Amino acid sequence: MSDFFFFFFYCSSHQARTHVSYELKDDVAVIRLNDPTSKVNTLSVQMQSELSEVMGEIWSNGAVKSAVLISSKPGCFIAGADINMIQACKTSEEVTHLSQEGQKMFEKIEKSPIPVVAAINGSCLGGGLEVGLPGAFDMMLTGRNIRADKAKKMGLVHQLVDPLGPGLKPAEERTIEYLEEVAVGLAKGIANKKVALTKEKGLMQKLQDTVMGLGPVKQKIYKTVSEKVQKQTKGLYPAPVKIIECIKTGVEQGREAGYLAEAENFGKLAVTPESKALIGLYQGQVICKKNRFGTPEKEVKKLAILGAGLMGAGIAQVSIDKGLNTILKDTAVEGISRGEDQVYKGLNTKVKKKALTSFERDAILSNLSAQIDYTGFDSADMVIEAVFEDINIKHKVLKEIEAIIPPHCIFASNTSALPIKDIAAASKRPEKVIGMHYFSPVDKMQLLEIITTDKTSKDTLASAVSVGLKQGKIIIVVGDGPGFYTTRCLAPMLAEAVRVLQEGTGPKKLDTLTTSFGFPVGAATLADEVGIDVAAHVAEDLGKAFGSRFGGGNVEVLKTMVENGFKGRKSGKGCFIYGKGKKEKSVNSDAEEILQKYKLSAPPSVSSDSDIQHRLVSRFVNEAVLCLQEGILTNPVEGDIGAVFGLGFPPCLGGPFRFVDSFGAEKLVSMMRRFEDVYGNQFTPCQLLLDHAKDPSKKFHK
Amino acid sequence: MASMLLNSMRTCPVSPARAVQYAARSLSTTTQLQAQVQTKSKKTLARPSVKNIVLVEGVRTPFLMSGTTYVSSFHWGLLHKTGIPKDAVDYIIYGTVIQEVKTSNVAREAALGAGFSDKIPAHTVTMACISSNQAMTSAVGMIAAGQCDAVVAGGVEFMSDVPIRHSRKMRKTMLSLNKAKTLGQRLGLIGSIRLAHLAPELPAVAEFSTAETMGHSADRLAAAFGVSRVEQDEFALRSHTLAKKAQDAGLLKDVISFKVPGRDIVSKDNGIRPSSMEQMAKLKPAFIKPHGTVTAANSSFLTDGASAVLIMSEEKALAMGYKPKAYLRDFVYVSQDPKDQLLLGPTYSTPKVLERAGLTMDDIDVFEFHEAFAGQIMANLKAMDSDWFAQTYMGRKSKVGTPPTEKFNLWGGSLSLGHPFGATGCRLVTTVAHRLQKEGGQYGLVAACAAGGQGHAMVIEAYPQ
Repeated sequence: MSDFFFFFFYCSSHQARTHVSYELKDDVAVIRLNDPTSKVNTLSVQMQSELSEVMGEIWSNGAVKSAVLISSKPGCFIAGADINMIQACKTSEEVTHLSQEGQKMFEKIEKSPIPVVAAINGSCLGGGLEVGLPGAFDMMLTGRNIRADKAKKMGLVHQLVDPLGPGLKPAEERTIEYLEEVAVGLAKGIANKKVALTKEKGLMQKLQDTVMGLGPVKQKIYKTVSEKVQKQTKGLYPAPVKIIECIKTGVEQGREAGYLAEAENFGKLAVTPESKALIGLYQGQVICKKNRFGTPEKEVKKLAILGAGLMGAGIAQVSIDKGLNTILKDTAVEGISRGEDQVYKGLNTKVKKKALTSFERDAILSNLSAQIDYTGFDSADMVIEAVFEDINIKHKVLKEIEAIIPPHCIFASNTSALPIKDIAAASKRPEKVIGMHYFSPVDKMQLLEIITTDKTSKDTLASAVSVGLKQGKIIIVVGDGPGFYTTRCLAPMLAEAVRVLQEGTGPKKLDTLTTSFGFPVGAATLADEVGIDVAAHVAEDLGKAFGSRFGGGNVEVLKTMVENGFKGRKSGKGCFIYGKGKKEKSVNSDAEEILQKYKLSAPPSVSSDSDIQHRLVSRFVNEAVLCLQEGILTNPVEGDIGAVFGLGFPPCLGGPFRFVDSFGAEKLVSMMRRFEDVYGNQFTPCQLLLDHAKDPSKKFHK
Repeated sequence: MASMLLNSMRTCPVSPARAVQYAARSLSTTTQLQAQVQTKSKKTLARPSVKNIVLVEGVRTPFLMSGTTYVSSFHWGLLHKTGIPKDAVDYIIYGTVIQEVKTSNVAREAALGAGFSDKIPAHTVTMACISSNQAMTSAVGMIAAGQCDAVVAGGVEFMSDVPIRHSRKMRKTMLSLNKAKTLGQRLGLIGSIRLAHLAPELPAVAEFSTAETMGHSADRLAAAFGVSRVEQDEFALRSHTLAKKAQDAGLLKDVISFKVPGRDIVSKDNGIRPSSMEQMAKLKPAFIKPHGTVTAANSSFLTDGASAVLIMSEEKALAMGYKPKAYLRDFVYVSQDPKDQLLLGPTYSTPKVLERAGLTMDDIDVFEFHEAFAGQIMANLKAMDSDWFAQTYMGRKSKVGTPPTEKFNLWGGSLSLGHPFGATGCRLVTTVAHRLQKEGGQYGLVAACAAGGQGHAMVIEAYPQ
């Protein structure tokens, strides 16, 4: 797939000279961007001012007839604005000023007296008002990644250059050189008018342009887009709305007004709590994508997975496409057949989306060996078990495996709630036992929660993290205990959700309440996704471990549902009914009947919509803070990342810890006290939360 | 002797095309050729434990641009002309690339059609552009193993009439139609045919693994090695000029004329067209647009043609009274990344085969490399001349070096003579043998690239005069 594009700059950056250099090739100025302090180029103040200076010099040099703008970094043109730069701004005015500087630079380049060709290799921030309404909307609002060929079709770029293989130099180096050669040739061609820039528009295009230009049509487009945005964001994310505003201003009132609106709005948005939350998540994710535990002594090359269920097959899928030799073992042929199908379907979806060729799919599948015996386990470097959540079964499997695997082999358990030390109790070498908690569906959910016990060796941890990173996961490392971190936070919230249902709030209403708070998946749907049986299991186990604090809804509700076969999405029925091809899911009336049986009366003092939302969230948050207090979590960053990427905690709130910071610990505590009065200790704030409430200067995030 | 052979060696046949009809040609010519030169004295590559295997004869049809002359289908009976007693051949092996489903073992059908004894087994091999090389080395292997003494090996390609398939949907419908039991079912199936089903599937010269066409890959390869458009055009022009010279001088003695029914006798390759640099510069890039460098003029063209060689153990050849042309010595096959190194076969195979034979580049007197694209040849020459490439990608201590121009493809190459995929290998080997005789050299080297990122090389030693 081609990775490079050219486009004529309608956008770009500003000022200084360690970052930007240029040389003349005949009458073409080749401007090179290279931030010496980073792996990627960003539009930092330095970059912008240097570029501005260089452009000035070039424009004043009569011998220069055209220019090429290129990055010296393989795979990165300009990754975007410098987040640190924006974060360093104290006020919205500062950001607005930065934005305006940027706009000036872009505008200058756009109005450049000589043609400027941008030769783009890899990631590039795109955009611009010029792209044409619908295309631009889609791209700007969703932050979509566009493949090079698509970008050409959309008219964002004019010409594509294919990456080269190795020649007399390494491929990457030669590719950039080649890109530059082609760009210089193109620049010359444009300068001496041998290459025409604009194609004659086709009839359809003209027609489309005319229609799009009509007032009512434009209004309709704004309206449709706004509605769509509202539906998707629930009004929780301010940026898309502002973007529509800017474009509307630009189209209706002209460029200058559009630019001004853009800069001002950008300034305002940069200082919103949503912006801080999302930047925090971005930075947290960068931290959680590094291996802080060193290089493992032995790289894992051969992985064995026990259990070809949803989880096992999912783990296999994300392993084989990274080149890991993977065994998928189950006890029955039917099991591996289903598992292999799942992996095939997962990869084939990528083929349909053209992210993979069918040949690559088949080559990837050749890394998978599905089997019902232990052949090959004697050379495995790591075994991940994803068998049924029953300590006795786990012990049996562990003993069987340890009899076969080589001494260096790591045993990882993909359990969602059983303490790892309990599982390790049956092991001859507990230092090689670790927890690797994946989230379903594994190929979509980015989080991996790694659990260590007191006995887990450092090298085992380093190895597990390195495998997880290879699988493309964002990793948090937490301490051992019932439910670890993520399950432990989710359980009280689900218990509360069951109580809410028992109190007469229907599943649909419950979903609406949670999604409008920012959860991507509603609480009732989430229970169905996780599996009602799993939820029941976890609720019971953790209930035993933590006592009444984990109470709330009646576990019998879940158990009765399971008895009736309502295990959630996987069984076709849970809180909702799932069927093939049905878009609108309908409420499972039989489940409602069960709820009716366990009906509780809703105390009016804590049953407003907002109260229900906060009952759910505060239990989640309190448990998260308690995990930090107890040392299950080592820091709030991992707590936020785990909650958002593993459990769907509202990203706009940035995670439970950032939520406490921005919502105010004191406010949260007083709210919880009110709930505590009605329901008891399930809402008793933990000590760390109380400390924060007492001292407002205490923040989880600086 | 000539008369004895007349009418005999019907070298192998070929497919639906009249491919193999050529072969006719008496073996005596070779002796005349040999008389002209004096062989330099270098040590022979003969090894005590290894059987000497010789090339007795090599022939081919004129190579014709697809769609020019071979319009009608070939028929089977034209394979007669080369001379060898029918019963002297033990086995027949043919190479082909684009296969006709009706004749998937084209070697057998062609042999029968050509009147070879039905007691001579035949099989077909395929290995993209080195298919007939594979046919020859399979023959060498069988003789070395003592299975046979005389094998006809060859190759055929008939690009004017490649099989074009119905679309997958149409095929599926048609196959279901076969199974349909009732009129209603049949009508239902027929009714399900949509216009889109009728669109045919054309075979493409594209890699299955990467879906990239070979020309596109060649263009990227040329760019990776910094081969300019001018360099490519110059090389292509050289190929055409040398081919024309060789044709005019009557050096292409492996070509056998034949009669196309209803048309004139064809006796010459028809793709040789020396042009000028100016004219070639006018062409637009054929694959990577608009900045690519590979054009129609500096690429080999689609070609119809067939070739064949007679390979024997030296003892048998001598016992039958033949004068062999050359020894077939060491050979290798290599393979590498089908994406970025698709056409670098010669770079990988050359040092390897030289090592096996205990020779260096300096020992080689005659080079015949398959010219898929001028850019591909130039890229290979640059790769062979790079220590960095040898060390980084081939795990070798140093570069192997480039063949000197004055020894390289002196009678033209695939760019000018044409490239019927399955038939080029035999042409290369026969040309080396003829050049060794003509120029008086001792060792020749054949090297070729092939789709799939594979490659081949073979060392050929002149037969003592």
